[in-house]
Amino acid sequence: MSAAAAQLELRSVTKRFGGVAAVDGVSFEVGAGDIIGIIGPNGAGKTTLLNCISGVYRLDGGDIRWEGHSIAGMPPFRIARLGIGRTFQIVRPFGSMTVRENAAIGALFGREDARRGPKEAFEAADGVLELVGLAAKAALPVSALTIPDRKRLEVARAVATRPHLLLLDEVMAGLNNVEIDEALEMVRAVHATGVTVLLIEHVMRVIIGVCRRAVVLEGGRVLAQGEPEVVLRDERVIQAYLGERYAKRLKA
Amino acid sequence: MRNASKPEPLLQVRGLTAGFGAGPVLFGIDLDVGHAELVALVGANGAGKSTLLGAMSGLIRATAGTITLGGEDVTHARPEALVRKGIAHVPQGRRLFGTMSVEKNLLLGAYLRHDREVRDDLKRVLGHFPALADKLSRDAGTLSGGEQQMVALGRGLMARPKLLMVDELSLGLAPKVVDHLIEVVQQINREGTALILVEQDVLVALDAASRAYVLENGRVVLSGAAAEVKEDPGVRRAYLGL
Repeated sequence: MSAAAAQLELRSVTKRFGGVAAVDGVSFEVGAGDIIGIIGPNGAGKTTLLNCISGVYRLDGGDIRWEGHSIAGMPPFRIARLGIGRTFQIVRPFGSMTVRENAAIGALFGREDARRGPKEAFEAADGVLELVGLAAKAALPVSALTIPDRKRLEVARAVATRPHLLLLDEVMAGLNNVEIDEALEMVRAVHATGVTVLLIEHVMRVIIGVCRRAVVLEGGRVLAQGEPEVVLRDERVIQAYLGERYAKRLKA
Repeated sequence: MRNASKPEPLLQVRGLTAGFGAGPVLFGIDLDVGHAELVALVGANGAGKSTLLGAMSGLIRATAGTITLGGEDVTHARPEALVRKGIAHVPQGRRLFGTMSVEKNLLLGAYLRHDREVRDDLKRVLGHFPALADKLSRDAGTLSGGEQQMVALGRGLMARPKLLMVDELSLGLAPKVVDHLIEVVQQINREGTALILVEQDVLVALDAASRAYVLENGRVVLSGAAAEVKEDPGVRRAYLGL
């Protein structure tokens, strides 16, 4: 694919709840192999936007184009089969199953040409667990996992669907800085296999650590976008999102 | 009240061992919280921080050791008795009743109280969180993450605690919102409520607190003035990633 063509294109994407436009005319492009962070205040529309892309919500306006074709109005499973995988903010693994079984479920579904039978699904699960750093815990019940490992498993389940684009919703929340650095290694490893990544985070260590570009949402609209180092020094972004204390820490 | 002769602390934990079915998660924890003191509790995920809060709020049984509150042994007190005696717990992830109004969620914090001052306390809570004042009739689940955390803190305050234990204040919140909530928490502390802050954003907790405890694998491995803990090379390497 040529670098010029966007893999994912958002055109004036709009989603309303009652009278409130949670996402209000958002446009930006994601190139194949990109890694982009979405930041913004609580209630800015970040998760709603992810839900629009993955088909959980139907758009009230605008269009979403995947590899040149509109996916607006498609149900979530069809979008997953096209190669758009996602994680959820509140992880809900199958509690009575092992780590390996949970990861294998992702491999049973997902991209059309990547779906397989149970035996191949388990093989695929092993590969994914290796990639996210959970191989040693494959046989454990999910209940034995710590929070960082549960987040890893959430990523593993999504990666097992063999997505071309992975949407990550706050997979670093609740981790300390050292755990975040380990999780960043995981995101880099997944990205290095050729997966495009679009991630929501409130942890600037993540945005600065891996993202080539950051999109800042506020009140459902794009407030700013560009290289993280530039965006995080933007006075409007400091006002709306980061706050003075953080801005000072960033400069220090 | 903090002088060299060591006044009786508000909360005193000695040799606390506690856990779930599979065995202890906490091993011989010693911890003090002074009257109106702000204490940070930090450590990796799985170190036992939330379990310790659970033990101190009566949700998890201690198998050894003691917990005293204002000199009274409360080691085996039930959760509701501990709330009455002055320990309130703001759990990780807020745990609001999403389809109930903000006002009802707040009033639930005073569930055990039957005095006439509950309404005054509601006013006091709204004084700390004016953003909630015009949202009292909204379902709590429709608020932003920051506002939900305000409701969770407010619900804790409605019990008129001597000690408020806050688990992961910053979880999933924008940096600016975290700063604001920390300022409110410090104000609550200045007005006389002792606080324990459990935080993954270790810098935020250490900057706000006067003292800190570091938990590793269910044991206190370091404690002292928050400023000193922040400079500890092991802490900087293991938690701050510096």
